[in-house]
Amino acid sequence: MSIAWYLAVSAIVFALGALGVITRRNPLVVLLCLELMLNGANLALVAFSRMWGNGDGQILALVVMTVAACEVCIGLGMIVAIYRRRLPIDVDELRELQG
Amino acid sequence: MFPLLGTLVVAFGYRSLPGRSAGWIGTGTIFLAFLAAVGALLEIQGLAPAHRQVASSLWSYASTAGVDAQMSILVDPLSVFMILIVSGVSALIHLYSISYMDEDRGFARYFAYLNFFVFSMLLLVLAGNFLLLIVGWAFVGAASYLLISFWYRRTTATKAGIKAFVINVVGDAGLVLGTYFIFKHTGTLEFLRAFHAAGAGAFGHTPAGGPAGDGDLVAGCMLLLVGAFAKSAQIPLHTWLPDAMEGPTPVSALIHAATMVTAGVYLIARMHPLFELAPAAQDVGAIAGATTLLIAGTIGLAQTDIKRVIAYSTMSQIGYMIMGVSVGAYAAGLFHLMTHAFFKALLFMAAGSLIGAMAGEQSLDRMGGFRKAMPFTYGCFIVGGLALSGIPPFSGFFSKDDILLVTGERGGWHWGLYAAGYIGALLTAIYTFRMIFRAFHGAPVGEARELEQGHLHHAAVPTNPATGEEEDTDVGFPGPYHTIAERALPMRIAMGVLALGAIGAGLVQIPKVDFVIDDFLRPSFASSKLYEPHTRNGLLVSGLVLGTLLGLAGIAIAYRVWVARPGSAAVVRARLRPVYELFVNKWYFDEAIEKLVVRPAAAAGRFAQSTFERVFVQDTLIGGTTGLVRAGSAAVRAAQSGFVRYYAALLVLGVTGVGFYFLLQS
Repeated sequence: MSIAWYLAVSAIVFALGALGVITRRNPLVVLLCLELMLNGANLALVAFSRMWGNGDGQILALVVMTVAACEVCIGLGMIVAIYRRRLPIDVDELRELQG
Repeated sequence: MFPLLGTLVVAFGYRSLPGRSAGWIGTGTIFLAFLAAVGALLEIQGLAPAHRQVASSLWSYASTAGVDAQMSILVDPLSVFMILIVSGVSALIHLYSISYMDEDRGFARYFAYLNFFVFSMLLLVLAGNFLLLIVGWAFVGAASYLLISFWYRRTTATKAGIKAFVINVVGDAGLVLGTYFIFKHTGTLEFLRAFHAAGAGAFGHTPAGGPAGDGDLVAGCMLLLVGAFAKSAQIPLHTWLPDAMEGPTPVSALIHAATMVTAGVYLIARMHPLFELAPAAQDVGAIAGATTLLIAGTIGLAQTDIKRVIAYSTMSQIGYMIMGVSVGAYAAGLFHLMTHAFFKALLFMAAGSLIGAMAGEQSLDRMGGFRKAMPFTYGCFIVGGLALSGIPPFSGFFSKDDILLVTGERGGWHWGLYAAGYIGALLTAIYTFRMIFRAFHGAPVGEARELEQGHLHHAAVPTNPATGEEEDTDVGFPGPYHTIAERALPMRIAMGVLALGAIGAGLVQIPKVDFVIDDFLRPSFASSKLYEPHTRNGLLVSGLVLGTLLGLAGIAIAYRVWVARPGSAAVVRARLRPVYELFVNKWYFDEAIEKLVVRPAAAAGRFAQSTFERVFVQDTLIGGTTGLVRAGSAAVRAAQSGFVRYYAALLVLGVTGVGFYFLLQS
């Protein structure tokens, strides 16, 4: 099977994730979409790894998963903190940092 | 080297210590410096006369292409002579100050400044190259500023300090530029090498092949003269000296009479190989000296502030010295420097004692009849006054006539200077004894009567003697109690030693009897053509007689006007009203400088401020920059909307854009 199929699926997953990040306002869903993007990238990495026949891409994919786990930890922690302070669960409302 | 050691000791003494110990430490270090100077004297006397110029380099300060700036000192008879005077008189004045400043809240600060001054002055006279000379020169100016403004809460004192500093900086600039002219041709900053190069024709040759001075040398020497005039208070840069009397009286005695103001005389004497190649500069110096001695003498006749009278007298006497060293009477000029240091410091100390008895009051109009109340001060005043007026056998007699004798020997138009010198001598005697008679004779004033009954007067409310403003006695103003010599042993010792000097110092060089100073200084002036023993005996005798007669005549006039017929001063004043006005207003020098220099400079400053500063710097440079940054930041700030999704979309779009760009490129 040619690598193009793998890459096509990876691109679609990544694009869907990006679209979700841009369009959704619920931070929980935004986080999910970010995961989607990372997994799209992982898919491409593993595909390339298979194409070259060595393990470099897979190792990188493992690293990305670790980073993703950390990111989810922090992101979910922040969402819980926002919820407990009774702030709106909406990324558009949380804009105190504007210039 | 001993003097270097002494200087270092002084430098280490320059620190603030609690309590009265600062005074004793200060005095002790200066005394050690004096001992070191005596050691240097003995050492240099042990050398053969031809080898008495010892240049010693401590370390190399900066050695760049063509500039040889070293920390070098030059020990020769001239500098040893100067350090003896400086350290000796300073030690006595430090001793005097321990009593005089006793009640002042700034006691330790005072001695720190005073030690710093002595250190700078020793650096100045020991400097072996132009660089170190300039450093010492500027240090001395700074020390003078600090000490004039010592009572820093007194407005008049701070103003006087600023004036002195500004005029001294004019002199510093002259000195630096003059050094540049000399360095340009000789290529060295070391004194001895520069003189050698000048002697070898660095400034061009005469038709006969000998060394000559060209325009650059004359310009350089003129600029050096500007430096000397500013430091030595010669016309037209003299106006700071009378104002400098705002400082404490021992400071006036040390800096503004005995040592610092003679730096100009030292400079001309030190630079004599250059000045002799530039006769035009010598003539300017001689004429300025003669003018100063006359003008200052006439102003001294009309002033009423006792310290200012002595200050104008100092200017006048330094006029003699400058004239002397400019016409080639180096030994005589320096001899007068020495005797003047003794009797002028003595006069100032006695005046300080008198001011103490008057509780800070300095006006002669309010003094009178202190003769019985203060016999010791009176005696010191008489000794100083006689020495200043040139009455034999007091010291001033020999030194002043020595200068005039050499001036007369030059012949030609120097006879004009000779005559000016003798007119000045008459004026000197008159104003000196006017001061003495007004302060000590006549009906005793209240303070004198109180003192006769053993009670020293203290002002109920301390005031500024110049303006009458009320003051307190905290730090920054004079202390609450004043001291007189009759009641303070250190003051008596210092004044006694100086009085002995004023009486006896003249004996070291009596015409036709001994030539101690001449012989001692000869190695320093070995290259000078003008340094010759006196030859014209007829002139010598007539000069001595004339000097004595003029001095006595001056005293007689003063006695007649101010003692025998007390009302006659007013009559003279009324008859010569315009002349009197001229003298009282100091020949309008302050006003002239104000109009000619200060106001145009201030106007130029205001113009520059309104055009360059406001329009160019503030509006264009500063305003333009801030405007630019502000506009840029406003644009960037607008992008920071806080919408996270907006940022994400921008990011995706940007990355996609970059991706497409590279795709299209490939």
